[in-house]
Amino acid sequence: MDAAVTPDIILKLSNIESYYGPIMAIRGISLEVPRGRIVTLLGANGAGKTTVLKTISGILDPQKGAIEFMGRPIQRMEADRIVRLGLSHVPEGREVFPFLSVRENLMMGAYPRRDRDGVAEDIERVYGYFPRLKERINQPAGQLSGGEQQMLAIGRALMNRPTLLLLDEPSLGLSPILVKEIFTIIRRVNEEQGMSILLVEQNAKVALETAHYGYVLEIGRIVMNDSCDRLMHSQDIQEFYLGAKEAGARGERRWKKKKTWR
Amino acid sequence: MLDFVQQLVSGVALGCVYGLIALGFVLVYKATEVVNFAQGDLMMLGGFFAFTFIGMMGLNYWVGFAGAVAAMALFGMVAERVVVRPILGYPQFSIIMATIGLGYFLRSIAGMIWGTDDLKIETPFSQGVLRVGSLVLAHDKLSVIAATVILCTLLWLFFNKTTLGTAMRASSENMLAAYYMGIPVKRVVSIVWAISAAVATCAGVLLAPITFIHSNVGLALGLKAFPAAVLGGFGSIPGAVVGGVLIGVIESMAGFYLAEGWKDVAPYIVLLAVLLLKPEGLFGLHVRKKV
Ligand SMILES: Nc1ncnc2c1ncn2[C@@H]1O[C@H](COP(=O)(O)OP(=O)(O)O)[C@@H](O)[C@H]1O
Ligand SMILES: [Mg+2]
Repeated sequence: MDAAVTPDIILKLSNIESYYGPIMAIRGISLEVPRGRIVTLLGANGAGKTTVLKTISGILDPQKGAIEFMGRPIQRMEADRIVRLGLSHVPEGREVFPFLSVRENLMMGAYPRRDRDGVAEDIERVYGYFPRLKERINQPAGQLSGGEQQMLAIGRALMNRPTLLLLDEPSLGLSPILVKEIFTIIRRVNEEQGMSILLVEQNAKVALETAHYGYVLEIGRIVMNDSCDRLMHSQDIQEFYLGAKEAGARGERRWKKKKTWR
Repeated sequence: MLDFVQQLVSGVALGCVYGLIALGFVLVYKATEVVNFAQGDLMMLGGFFAFTFIGMMGLNYWVGFAGAVAAMALFGMVAERVVVRPILGYPQFSIIMATIGLGYFLRSIAGMIWGTDDLKIETPFSQGVLRVGSLVLAHDKLSVIAATVILCTLLWLFFNKTTLGTAMRASSENMLAAYYMGIPVKRVVSIVWAISAAVATCAGVLLAPITFIHSNVGLALGLKAFPAAVLGGFGSIPGAVVGGVLIGVIESMAGFYLAEGWKDVAPYIVLLAVLLLKPEGLFGLHVRKKV
């Protein structure tokens, strides 16, 4: 909780604009992730959450704006260099290597590292977080269940021992029990290792319970930001994201969408 | 029986060469989803490099061999960088045309530099024979088989036991995820092209005592290696080698036991039959990969 007194900013986005061809997907976003904090980015399907994360990790170059990671500008930097600086990304849909074994997948997460002892230590730590992965160490990742693949994707990113972890909808397609299990680990990683986390979610409830601070994204723009406690009690959030009924015409449209999220 | 064994050995030797070229097709395809139709011509060029080093400059066979492999590995990287990378992401047929164009270009250049005569490299395996009872096996054929076994073992170890090799498999399974891991994907693709050109060169040099080196040799062999790769299930490394050996053996047997003309047709009949029964090829994977 000392992050409040140490104004140490791990990640800072200033007025970021990103395009897919001529289509502007991100319309001037600014946000911050303080050291040791979990920050969540909420928004409906198509709001631009994934695009924000891709822009941060260098898969997509922003047209305008600046991204600073630990005080260093990283916009336009090659993706593999950004990973080497200590920023790991757990992509939407897990994206494990299906024919590589669980162990090989984890080793790929440690690809930039040369310290064998540290890597061996971290692989044990990951097995500690996710004992199920240890049972399947030699199985091809493609044979794992959805929940196990999500655990593998997170474990793989942790193998880089990142300063900042980007998580893109880790709850997607998982049963409530698995969601709970995975978010417990996310909180533990944050508390035990002091890792800063930027968490993208459509599942606002679990995200607001887990994170410290939140931003709400709508069609490429930040429309709200506050501490998670306050967001949880905000009326808009209750109506549109936590499923309290009754809303205007605009809200109704979104409510329909929300039903298709899950 | 003796005839049969001798035909079998010739077939396997020729098939190993097909297999090595097919291996190059498969490596590049797995890494980038590009079918490199100039693969046979890389083999041809490797043969000419070896001829230059050994036949013209008089270097020791092994030194010349290693020099040709190194030079072609570099050439493979340059070819990828100059011909393929700029058009990646455009429709498949643009890329296919570019590699076909590269093949034409290499054949013409080779013809201009080294002429159109059949050339020959003297190798330690050109003359000798191995006698087992009344069976006589030529060293040149046996050397191709032995070298293919060694090369495949080395490649297997590289892809399964080293971090770089594993990263190459990872990149070919899911390129986007490889970027997320901090794997320098572009460099990995360069290295894949280097390996595939190096393997093709090994095939070209090993083949030199059996067939002559000529600017069109790569085109002819490439047309046999391509079905070998398909037979093995395009995308499977062991499949490429097994497919190559099968095509070589069928060709050799058909040439010996069947009427004239069957030699070139028989491999395709088998290929069609296999594809009808098992469209993904002998070693094909059912799961489609993500890009
Ligand atoms: N590869 C792409 N090409 C073109 N448009 C895209 C692409 N990916 C996403 N988009 C568009 O960008 C917008 C934001 O998408 P995305 O970042 O995936 O949203 P979210 O992750 O919040 O669901 C959407 O309108 C989507 O249709
Ligand atoms: Mg998304």
